[in-house]
Amino acid sequence: MSLKMITLDDQKVVCQNGESVLDALLREHIDIPHACKEGACQSCMARSLNGAPPALAQKGLKDVLQHQNYFLACQCYPQQDMTISITPPADFFTEATVIAKELLNPETLLLTVKTKQQLDYFAGQFVNLKRYDGLVRSYSIANSRIHADKMTFHIRRLAGGHFSQWAHHELNIGDTLSISDPQGLCYYLPNNPTQNMLLIGTGSGLAPLAGIISEALHHGHSGEIHLYHGSREIDGLYWIEEMQQLAQEYPNFHYTACVSRGDAPQGVAQGRANDVAMTMLPSLKNWRVYLCGHPDMVADSKRQAYLQGASFQDIYSDAFHVASATLD
Amino acid sequence: MSETSTSLYEQLGGEAAVDAAVDIFYRKVLSDYRINRFFDKSDMEKQAAKQKAFLTMAFGGPNNYTGTDMRQAHDHMVKKMGLDDSHFDAVMEHLTTTLQELNVPENLITQVAAIAESTRTDILGR
Repeated sequence: MSLKMITLDDQKVVCQNGESVLDALLREHIDIPHACKEGACQSCMARSLNGAPPALAQKGLKDVLQHQNYFLACQCYPQQDMTISITPPADFFTEATVIAKELLNPETLLLTVKTKQQLDYFAGQFVNLKRYDGLVRSYSIANSRIHADKMTFHIRRLAGGHFSQWAHHELNIGDTLSISDPQGLCYYLPNNPTQNMLLIGTGSGLAPLAGIISEALHHGHSGEIHLYHGSREIDGLYWIEEMQQLAQEYPNFHYTACVSRGDAPQGVAQGRANDVAMTMLPSLKNWRVYLCGHPDMVADSKRQAYLQGASFQDIYSDAFHVASATLD
Repeated sequence: MSETSTSLYEQLGGEAAVDAAVDIFYRKVLSDYRINRFFDKSDMEKQAAKQKAFLTMAFGGPNNYTGTDMRQAHDHMVKKMGLDDSHFDAVMEHLTTTLQELNVPENLITQVAAIAESTRTDILGR
């Protein structure tokens, strides 16, 4: 074994024989979070920017993190020179043109754009959309990978929401906006096609889930797939018929619409989507769970899914933090 | 017969045993209304990883435990949230019952409990 060069931003550190990347960085007084140094606490997670890191350094990491070349610096004994990062990369933007606008319900817009460059994304990831004046908001990609250069987003109109109001009222077909590289770790990998999946979304949290479901079905996912979509009132839901249709088409896909306030119409469950789901599926051992939408729902459901047997490795979530109050 | 000394960590079953124990232990802790408020809801995954580091240490496994780190990590809970012996006792109780559920022999449970117990003064900032 010879010495390996570690490049971190504009710094270069030589990793000695038998020395971990963490120890090499610390020796050079590079500030990197760390604690246990035994691969347990995952504080020293970094990302390889020049290919897959050593497999041993990825032990215990979630599949999507491994997929994105994340590794634990304390467990990493480089086999080759490495370029690594411990901070999120700067956004790279490309241009996109609006090709369709359609209302999904009174407050949610289905926006379809065509990107100038084809972006490599995974169903469930999000991008940052940037308006001409630099205003940026994050939106989940609502379609699967098969659509290539076409991307759809569900944009919920928020009271005082500068971006969402603009997208609803002023953005027109033919207009352009900037779109960042896809980001986030709440996505589907076809690595366990028989695993049962539970997906819970509130409001426009259906967007990434719809993409994930489409991707999973496209890959012939054979485990049971249960989707619970909730809103306070029936007006906040959308794609009810489309999802029912999908459930008829695929016997392993199950769909439950939920409303938490007032009486539920025929065929819709009464209660919060996460409460309904957790009651109907008491044992989540070995299940894969996707949670998208309201931050409180996501945090509560993550805890509850774990207590009902799901492992944290199998829980993927995307909490939608909003800058302004919702319409209701 | 030559004398072989197998470490506590090896006798317990190493990392696989820690993983099995964290699985049970952290669920018990999160379900316990007496103590679950000390476990930040927003960062459960990181917390679970920390539990693993803690149990690895208690199992006599490789660790970089320092009392100072433990003190700092729990300082605000002692000062602001009233973390005291009763809460530490509750965690110890869950640790013991977890190991019992995993059919760990009593003499090993006693050793794990003793290591965990040794962190009490650091965690409670005394």
